[in-house]
Amino acid sequence: MIDGFLALYIFMLAAFTGYEVISRVPVILHTPLMSGSNFVHGIVLVGAMVALFHAQTTLERAIGFVGVILAAGNAVGGYVVTERMLEMFKASGRKKS
Amino acid sequence: MSSLSPDVAANLINAAYLLVAFLFIFGLKRMSAPSTARGGILWAGVGMLIATAVTFLAPSDHSLASSTLSTNMVLVILAIAIGGAAAWYSGRKVAMTDMPQMIALYNGMGGGAAAAIAAVELYSGHNTSLVAGTLAVLGGLIGAVSFSGSGIAFGKLQGLIRKSFRFSGQQIINLAIVTSAIILGGLIATGAHSEPMIVTLFFLSALVLGITMTLPIGGADMPVVISLYNALTGLAVAFEGFVLNNAAMIIAGTVVGSAGTLLTQLMAKAMNRSLANVLFAGFGESSVAVAGTTTGSQKPIEASDAGVMMAFAQKVIVVPGYGLAVAQAQHKVWELAQLLSDHGVIVKFAIHPVAGRMPGHMNVLLAEAGVPYDLISDLEEINAEFETCDVALIIGANDVVNPVARTDKSSPIYGMPILNADKSKNVIVIKRGQGQGFSGIENALFYLDNTRMLYGDAQAAVNQLILSVKSVG
Repeated sequence: MIDGFLALYIFMLAAFTGYEVISRVPVILHTPLMSGSNFVHGIVLVGAMVALFHAQTTLERAIGFVGVILAAGNAVGGYVVTERMLEMFKASGRKKS
Repeated sequence: MSSLSPDVAANLINAAYLLVAFLFIFGLKRMSAPSTARGGILWAGVGMLIATAVTFLAPSDHSLASSTLSTNMVLVILAIAIGGAAAWYSGRKVAMTDMPQMIALYNGMGGGAAAAIAAVELYSGHNTSLVAGTLAVLGGLIGAVSFSGSGIAFGKLQGLIRKSFRFSGQQIINLAIVTSAIILGGLIATGAHSEPMIVTLFFLSALVLGITMTLPIGGADMPVVISLYNALTGLAVAFEGFVLNNAAMIIAGTVVGSAGTLLTQLMAKAMNRSLANVLFAGFGESSVAVAGTTTGSQKPIEASDAGVMMAFAQKVIVVPGYGLAVAQAQHKVWELAQLLSDHGVIVKFAIHPVAGRMPGHMNVLLAEAGVPYDLISDLEEINAEFETCDVALIIGANDVVNPVARTDKSSPIYGMPILNADKSKNVIVIKRGQGQGFSGIENALFYLDNTRMLYGDAQAAVNQLILSVKSVG
């Protein structure tokens, strides 16, 4: 599906996208944002799942199993802490009610 | 689940991954403004759910024995349950002050997962092309370094590792480890030697490299390191995405890689450190012996006087630092701020980019206390306002308000952007004692004529201020 130059195009465009999207983020959101981008690379979960699906030897299975545990931790943990932080950001319009 | 024909399944997966890539970028975009940020993480979360669900269709486009496949399927579900539950629990429990090390931990897990994917590919020995092999090796190397390095960063911030291990010749040893990892990786990628033994040695050297690279770095520089490992994990995920032909991983990983690199640069700049400096030189220990060239004395003030001074001020700017969070005084400070606004005082919060343990961390801690984000200003917005401000209240902050950063070229923090609290008419500093700050640098602000020191624990001192303001009526 994707190979050679097509992959490089995707790589280049995605790199610019990441840079542009982040460049407009105010400092006050840097910690949630780092956490949020940390969550986004939790997509490694799908790769770890595929690797474990196709595992054939016991060694491959063991590594794949650990990989999926770690990836799931990345995705779930990244989501939970980001959501917890962003939930607290409120404007002063409706304070203390 | 595997009853779909392979073509249909493949198309479905690809279509879903396209949607997922969109949701991730859209989510990150929405996270770039406080008012939409909450929605942003929700959108990205939906994307992750779709990606995970649709990946269960993936086995149908490969020919595996059905018994092997169903075993693997069970293992996948089990592993997701274990990793997900543990992370859910820890993420819910962690205190906001401990957020940086938690992010480091989750990030390291992602790096470890990328390395695991590489390991499965490389041990299986069926990587066919040089390109795929090279990318698998690179992703594995970066992922493993990020894994062990983030673990060390977690240990340091959590207080499990207190020392900065540094000895002469450390750089040479690191260089030797890098070289051996690259040589081993090269042997594997070219297919010259892809024996399990070589692969094991390769991953071991990558893991050791992450440890030896991170151990010498001081705690103050950890945010930059965590951010760097975040970007590296993104890159590792993208590389493994190429190996697995997975567009969602390539796009998400690359976006995080570049965004994380930018974020790392911003943080290093805010701390007045170059990235090379952070990685290859120590901070703190190396700069302790700075002579205190300040003159004059620190002038104390009673909480009752300080409270009255603020109650009759027109504008008060609060400068919170990490000491505030350590004393858990955020809620009290917000109470004080509300009390002052009831007296007609304009109260603003000024946050230095590196206040707290990482950029934006202090904002999170204030948000937790209920401080609305529109009362919080960052350095560029607020610095001009100090001149028109009657009282600058410094709580638990030190280096970020030290005017020697503007004036003293010999100071290690010279050139670091600071909050110009010294320009306000009066400065009140709440401080535990007369000691020096985190970096061990004498703070000239404390000796200025318009500065008064309020000694004591931040929470207790703010409490006294509240009582004092209340007594004004």
